[in-house]
Amino acid sequence: MKYELVIGLETHVELSTDSKLFCSCGGHSSPKEPNDCVCPACSGMPGMLPVTNKHAIELAVKAGFMLNCKINQYTTFDKKSYYYPDLPCAYQITQWFHPICVDGSVQIGERTIGIKQIHVEEDAGKLVHDEATNTSFVDFNRTSVPLIEIVSRPDFRSSDEVIAYLKKLKSSLQFAGISECEEGAMRCDVNISVRPEGSNELGVRSEIKNMSSLSEIKDAIEFEKVRHVDAIERHTEMLVQETRRWDDVKRRTFPMRNKETAADYRYFPDPNLMPIVIDDEWLAEIKASMPATAEEKSGYYEEMGIAAKEAAVLSSDRKLSDMFDDVVAMGRSPKTVASWILTECMGQMKRLELTSLDIEPAKLARIIELVEDGEITRAAGKKVLSAVFENNVDVDKFCEENNLNAKIDNSFILETVRRVIGENDKAVADYKSGKVKAMQSIFGCIMKELKGNGDPAVIRSLLEKELNA
Amino acid sequence: MIYINEINAAGKIAVDDTILVKDVPATAGSKMLENFKPLFSAEAVERLEKAGYAVAGKTNVGEFGLDLMGETSYFAPETENGSLVGAAASLVASGKVKAALNVDLNGAPRRAAAVSCVDFIKPTYGTVSRYGIIACACSGEQIGVTAKNADDAKEILSVIAGHDSKDGTSLPAEKYEYSTEENVAEMKICIAKELYDAASAEVKAKIDGFAESLKKLGAKVEEVSLGMAEQAKTAWQILMSAETTNNLSRFDGVKYGYRTPEYKNIDELYVKSRSESMGFLAKATIIYGSDVLAKAKYEKCYDKSLRIRRIVCDKAREILADYDAILAPACSQVSYKPYDTADAFEKVYEESLFTAIPSITGMPAMVTKGVQLIADSYKESVLLSIAKSVEV
Repeated sequence: MKYELVIGLETHVELSTDSKLFCSCGGHSSPKEPNDCVCPACSGMPGMLPVTNKHAIELAVKAGFMLNCKINQYTTFDKKSYYYPDLPCAYQITQWFHPICVDGSVQIGERTIGIKQIHVEEDAGKLVHDEATNTSFVDFNRTSVPLIEIVSRPDFRSSDEVIAYLKKLKSSLQFAGISECEEGAMRCDVNISVRPEGSNELGVRSEIKNMSSLSEIKDAIEFEKVRHVDAIERHTEMLVQETRRWDDVKRRTFPMRNKETAADYRYFPDPNLMPIVIDDEWLAEIKASMPATAEEKSGYYEEMGIAAKEAAVLSSDRKLSDMFDDVVAMGRSPKTVASWILTECMGQMKRLELTSLDIEPAKLARIIELVEDGEITRAAGKKVLSAVFENNVDVDKFCEENNLNAKIDNSFILETVRRVIGENDKAVADYKSGKVKAMQSIFGCIMKELKGNGDPAVIRSLLEKELNA
Repeated sequence: MIYINEINAAGKIAVDDTILVKDVPATAGSKMLENFKPLFSAEAVERLEKAGYAVAGKTNVGEFGLDLMGETSYFAPETENGSLVGAAASLVASGKVKAALNVDLNGAPRRAAAVSCVDFIKPTYGTVSRYGIIACACSGEQIGVTAKNADDAKEILSVIAGHDSKDGTSLPAEKYEYSTEENVAEMKICIAKELYDAASAEVKAKIDGFAESLKKLGAKVEEVSLGMAEQAKTAWQILMSAETTNNLSRFDGVKYGYRTPEYKNIDELYVKSRSESMGFLAKATIIYGSDVLAKAKYEKCYDKSLRIRRIVCDKAREILADYDAILAPACSQVSYKPYDTADAFEKVYEESLFTAIPSITGMPAMVTKGVQLIADSYKESVLLSIAKSVEV
């Protein structure tokens, strides 16, 4: 019998706000030391009251627009109670009764994935276990950082669809400035079951909690598929509805220890937070502030003359496309800028193992300008770029200090050419005896002496002239 | 710890131990918070200090303010001549402080004012910031003022009331103008029949006497059936207990407060820390509150209580459209003897019949001369003026 997977995702994404959801502590920009970014409110001291971060609400509405949701203009915050040391109030403020966005959808190729709802909630803190002393420490830096949870309908039929959806979600959220989606800032709970192809009934469901790596998500889904099918066909085990976790070392899922089978979170509306009413005017304002989506951007880039494939890469990542937009806005030609970003910048990122493009656009613009104006060679340009990536150097100062100016006067080049010829008797003799290739080694020495400065064509012609004189 | 016996500061303000004053221990009457020192002061305290008043010290309260008037305090239940008294009300009555700030969460400061024969005003919900209260019932608890007379109550209330951006339920007005000079002669006042009937003969006599005084001043006094007193009492009990359960859950022995000396794992740390540090009434309230919030009961209990709250508000507003104020007992008796701890939950529940309507509706209430007056939202001046008119 053939089986199909039925998968639904709950995806938690950190919002790009300057402060936490209910207090003025710094938001997503992660602090370095434990409990650096904590106040009486987000550490659960008595006496503190939550005050909603308006920006978080706006970002959640933007996410709703992006995922074609209906925006609930009357939305509330509710309390979800459970005891855990990383939850300082022993309740999490979330949205249970009136989530901010409902009934959306995302297109993944031919398939439409339904979005059940998006709700805003606060993150919990972190527990750090010290095996040596058998002690646990709590770090509240992450406590109350705003999240949205995007709940999909069980519409996925393969791990590939899941991965495509998550990639698309990530780039769209980055594009709209909703979330930085930094490493680990996007976490998924994967609900998965298996049923005979064509069946309309749902099988027994496993929930794999708290996954953040795409490859692990894919592996976990594939593992679960096999486990479920084996259980159904070969009765290897009795499937039960349960929560599991992925063990990346053992490459398999394990049931999580869960004492309470059905936790009662005792949801009720938070009396400290008045219902939020998003009137038409505010809604229109948020809508107007939506940036272009990745698809829209890619389209613009193609209209600017960028090849479709390149346009797609540029628009796939917010940092790349921001760089492109900024440098083009500084007067550089789109095609040149695209080539510099896709070839040189991405080359540097690969070399330095960087995951995001973070150099200043003005510096890249200046390098391109110098190269286009013939002030420096493209090779020198690459050299400056590399220095910008490594040490964030000042472009003009670096060119000056390293004699990168391509317009150095020919008498200096000629002097160098003559000196190098004088120092390489053997090569010169070889050349004169008909070994034309010997000129290449002399040329190399000259280039080395000139540290890559000077127009290679000019140097080569001067060298030929001198050798044949 | 600075407690009642150490205070002798006429002209200063006493502050209930459920209200935070920076660096001064705030125990809320519980062993759980025996050594808890807050990092900041309540907004109301800040405003008083900014206006030149000094905090005389912290006054004892019943555990988390849940009881009749302080008898469940882990530290020092107050009695005078064998009867229960509220620490703040007793201090104000003796003239040792000018006034006191109290949290009215389930009527304790109103009852305390009634038995000590001082004034207490609970203003409209949202007019005084709740920032800095050791919270229990967020949807109804409110800081109020205990004072010797209406003018003092008005003076202090004027200082502490006004919008505070740190409290999401704070109403927008920056300042409130209160008066004690409204014309009582033109007022119509109704006696709440159900509450009157439920009180003792001595309390009834107080209400009758108060009504006579009002009539002498020219006011009209009539009796009216509220038609929702029992419902308000039960609904408030449900809302209050549920919110209290939730708010007290942060006291888990992990971050601050009492932690049991021995535990094997986190569950034991929770259970033992909480069990060993909380008293009977707090525990009973938590159990009751957890129960009404359970998934299976939510619709029938909490959600229904929210709907009853709306009905009670409508009904009260309807009555207060015809009358300037409702006159009612603040409690069933003129004095209370210490009682068996195991009876605390029922006892407070029974007494809350008299105090629940202002708590659940957020309407202002004032206790003066041992009786309670209730007015529509923002009508504190009506209450203050009536209180002032019968002072002489």
